[in-house]
Parts: sequence; C-alpha cells; structure tokens
Amino acid sequence: MASKQPDRRSFLKRGAALAGGLSLGAVEPLIPQTAPSDQSAEGQSQEIPDYSSDELVAYGERSRHVTSKRIPHGGRDSPDDFGLVFHIAAPLQDSVGVITPSALHYFGTTRGSIVPDIDPAQHRLMIHGMVDRELIFTMEELKRLPSVTRLHFIECAGNRSSPRATTVQETHGMTSNAEWTGVLLRTLLEEAGVQEGGTWIVAEGIEEVKGASSLPTAKAMDDIIVAYAMNGEPLRPQQGFPLRIVVPGFEGILSVKWLRRIKVVDRFYMTYNDYGHLRQDPADAALSYQIGPKSVITYPSGAQQLPGAGFYQISGLAWSGGGAVSRVEVSTDGGESWEDAEFQGTPQRMAHTRFNFNWNWDGSEVELQSRCTDEIGQVQPSRADVREYWGRPRDGSGGVRGQDNSIQPWRIESDGSVHNAIS
Amino acid sequence: MRSLKLLPVLMLAGAGSLLAQSPTYGVGRTPTAEEVRAWDISISPTGEELPPGSGTAAEGAEIYRQKCARCHGADGAGRRAPRLIKRDRGPDANSWSLGRILPIRSPYSTTVWDYINRGMPLNAEGTLTADEVYSLTALLLSWNDVIEEEAVMDAQTLPMVIMPNRDAWAHLPDWAPGQPRLEGYPYGRRGGGGGG
Repeated sequence: MASKQPDRRSFLKRGAALAGGLSLGAVEPLIPQTAPSDQSAEGQSQEIPDYSSDELVAYGERSRHVTSKRIPHGGRDSPDDFGLVFHIAAPLQDSVGVITPSALHYFGTTRGSIVPDIDPAQHRLMIHGMVDRELIFTMEELKRLPSVTRLHFIECAGNRSSPRATTVQETHGMTSNAEWTGVLLRTLLEEAGVQEGGTWIVAEGIEEVKGASSLPTAKAMDDIIVAYAMNGEPLRPQQGFPLRIVVPGFEGILSVKWLRRIKVVDRFYMTYNDYGHLRQDPADAALSYQIGPKSVITYPSGAQQLPGAGFYQISGLAWSGGGAVSRVEVSTDGGESWEDAEFQGTPQRMAHTRFNFNWNWDGSEVELQSRCTDEIGQVQPSRADVREYWGRPRDGSGGVRGQDNSIQPWRIESDGSVHNAIS
Repeated sequence: MRSLKLLPVLMLAGAGSLLAQSPTYGVGRTPTAEEVRAWDISISPTGEELPPGSGTAAEGAEIYRQKCARCHGADGAGRRAPRLIKRDRGPDANSWSLGRILPIRSPYSTTVWDYINRGMPLNAEGTLTADEVYSLTALLLSWNDVIEEEAVMDAQTLPMVIMPNRDAWAHLPDWAPGQPRLEGYPYGRRGGGGGG
C-alpha cells in the first residue's frame, strides 16, 4: 500500500488492472489517471468502499454490488441448534457458464457436520483391507502421482422440485459443478493391488462423525477422483479440504469429504450413510447411485421478472450421471413442441452443460421447459411420465418417487413474472 | 476409454489377479499394524471387526441417562436429536412404517453399533468404550423389541440379531459404466406429456 493516498479511486482501478493480468513488475501507474469527470459517470458509486489490501491484492473479493448467495435448503435451519450445518443450496438463478464458484458450491451432509479444520501437513490417506499392499499417503505424496483435472457435477439425492418451491435455487440448488483436480482412485488401488473378491470399497472421512459410504469397486476403478483441488485452488473446507473423493454422476453423499481411509471389502457394508439411503422398492433402489438425465432453465426462472416483450436468450444447465449430455431441447409452449437448444462449449461427461436458446417473447402467457438427452440415450422424463410409471394419474399432484430428474416447467405471465408451474 | 470400461467387468468376473501387479510408482509407505487398527472402525454386517467387550440394556440405560437423554429424550422419543424408538403402528405393522429410526429400520444390528461408536455422543464422538457401545446398542434394540431385555450383546451375539428389515430392503443392482440404472423407466419417451 502506498504511504500516501493521493487518489484512492485510481488505486482501485490499478488493482483491478493488476488482477486482469498486467505485469506485476511495473511500478508506474498502469493506466492513465482517471479524469475527474469519469468519477461521476452514471452507475458509478460515489461512495468508495473500504477495501483492505488483502481484498485487493492477496485474495480478491467480489464487488459489494454482487449479492448472489447460498440459502439453507429444505426448511431445515443451518446452522441448527447444535451448530451443525445440513444442506445449503447454490444460487443457480445467477449462474453463467458451467463453473459454480467454490464459495457458492452447494453443501450437504447427512447428520450435519461441523466443518473440520485439518492441517494438510498432518493429513494422511490410508488404503487397506483386501489389497496386496496396504498403503498410507501424505498429501505431498498424493500430489506427486499422475493427476487428472475434470469437470464434474455433484448433486444431492434430495435435490427435488416441488410445487411449494419458488426459485430455481429452491427447486434445483442442491447441485453444483466444479473443475476437480486429483489422482484417480484407480491409480491408488492399482498401486495397492485389489485382491480377488474385493468388490466394494468403504470410503471414510476424518470429521467428527467419520462419515462413510460403500461404493462398488467397479466405479472406483472407472472414474472416481481422489481430489485435492477445485476450481484451481485447494478444496474449500466445506468441500472436504484437504482431500475428498468425487464420484462422477453419483448421488452426492457418496463423494466422501475429508477423506482419510479407503477400505477394500467383499460386500456392501451398510454404513450409516448407506442405511439412510435404503429403499424398500427395487425400482426405487435401481434409481439410486447414478443420477438420471436432468436439465433446468435458470433464466428465466422462478421469481425473476422479464421487463417486457422482446428478445431473450433462454439459458440453463443440463447434466446426467449416465455420461455427457448429447442434446437439450426447449419448449416454449408447455411441452407441446420442442426445438434444439445450443450448447455453450463442449459437453463433458457427468458435468453441467450450459445450453442457450434464442427466443422472442410476444408478451403472452407461456410455459418454458427444457429436456435433456444423454450419451447413452436416456431422455429426461416429464413429471406426468414419472407419475404414470409409478402408477399415479398423469395429471395428478404430489411429488415423484426415486430421484427427481423430471422436467421443470416455468410459467411466464403476461406481466413478465416467472413462476414455478409444477402442479 | 474402452479399457477403462473393460477392467471392472473382468474384475467382477473373478479375474482379480489381473490387478495383482507390482506397484508402479512406489510412492507412499506401508502403514503399521497399529495404524490400521487405530483407524479401521468399519463394521461389516458379519461383525468381523467388532472388538471385545459386552453390554446389556440395563447397563445401557444408565449410560443413556448420562450421555444421550438430554438430546434424544429420557424415553428415546427424540427431542432436539432424532427419535430412537419405533412408532406404535400396531402388532402387524410393516417394519418400514415404524419410522426412519436406526435401531428398528436398519437391516443389520451392526450398523447401530457402528453409528453409535463413530458418531455419538455429539461433540464427544469416539469417547465411548466398546462396553458402552454394546450396552447402548442393547438398550436401543431392546426398546424396539428386537432383542430380549436380558440379552447380552458382544462380538458373537450382536451379528446374530435378526433385524425386522433384514431381508426387507431393496439391494442395489450391480453398476457398470454406460448403463441406465432402471430399464423401463420413462427415459426413452419423446413427444408431449407436459410438465404439469
């Protein structure tokens, strides 16, 4: 920080320029001094925020004018009476592109959890059980191994829409998408040597409740990442710092955080987390683990307001646990007719994909829907289709059983207000 | 990508020796037996990892009063923390109708032991002795009419307890990459339907 403060505004702008990638070696002002007349330009606040040098230089803060935030999900307070944090939903209504900022990534735990404060220098990962060589790794050792960086969504099995929900944050906010970096679990398991009959693994965290989940070894050998970074920096504490697994396309509870141990075993272990997801109906159970094809329009979405008739780019997110999204269709007439949306970027496997659809709104009441198809040919069903599958009237009310990957309708009224159109 | 998909299939078919190869990177070290013992708190449905120790519902009642009742209620009906005793649904009630209550819904008694051991009591997790965990497990199973009040729970008897849901839960179908989870689910349908 300069010892004298001739002009805080120019300092602010210089900070922004530095953050934009200009050379740090330059000492002289990097941009011309701002003319006084610019300071009163429309939309520019006259009040200068009191940023500290940490916020400007060491670790950047977002603008105080950006207020997008997470909310507790499902009517359960977080933190609760015990200080435990349960489920917190991401503000998908504000999302652009496919990356969920780390600070806005959804968060969920089964029992609730007090986020542990782990010193990575002390942290260890143990691989044991039905292996030829039990192994224990430091974080440094894990980072020496061949790494992968992949985009993957994580979604809570409880990410369900409902007629009571208003915004897309409430209907779909328990999913997020990040760029994860780490070692394939397969690499570690091959290093340890999985023994014959080791058909399951139990992954366990080090937090106070030692959350653990059973996973098929087939998935572990396919694409599970033992991740130490997200979105270009170490995992956030709520996301498992310093180490977690990311189980691409599977229900979020299986992506065990604060990972300390993987035990190779010969059966489903029925941990507490496993028990919590038990189903009585085989069809219900068959829908668990792998998330179905799913999409939702994030703009325009519930509680947003269109200023009037005219051009809008409809935009949303699509994803599937079955692989990459291969097609997204949009309907502007309540599902009567469908047209292909365009992808923004190349769809990645088990990752959010941004879709856009150019649209001229004539100002009349309409219902918007989106429908995802994935690379293995699964098509996102309507709620009516799902109801019919479960033996209920197509036009009935009530929720859907199993995972809810049904089509989300948004109704735009002639005054431009947007509403959840689920019955 | 093709070999990635092939490998687990071969492994499941019993070709596990394919994986029994030398380490490629030689990074990491072998944990000591003591390190493994200290960390391995997993309990299989077979109970094979259960430690020595034992307990009864009567012993559990005193521990419960001291360490559990404040949150779960004196009678297990739940207060700030979840209910631990089944709902009264009559003598012929379906076991799934009794509530999402661990010591009655869980298909295996070992899950009850494991969760108390790893997750309770709040803010003092991991402090219960094996005897205390056996005693509390006996109490909860007795409260829910799964075992007799006098039954002694230990590494031999606990895994033998038959929970009402032992065979009443839907096993997860095998998973393989690139497969739909549920054949026949309306994933192939196109055309109308609407969202309503």
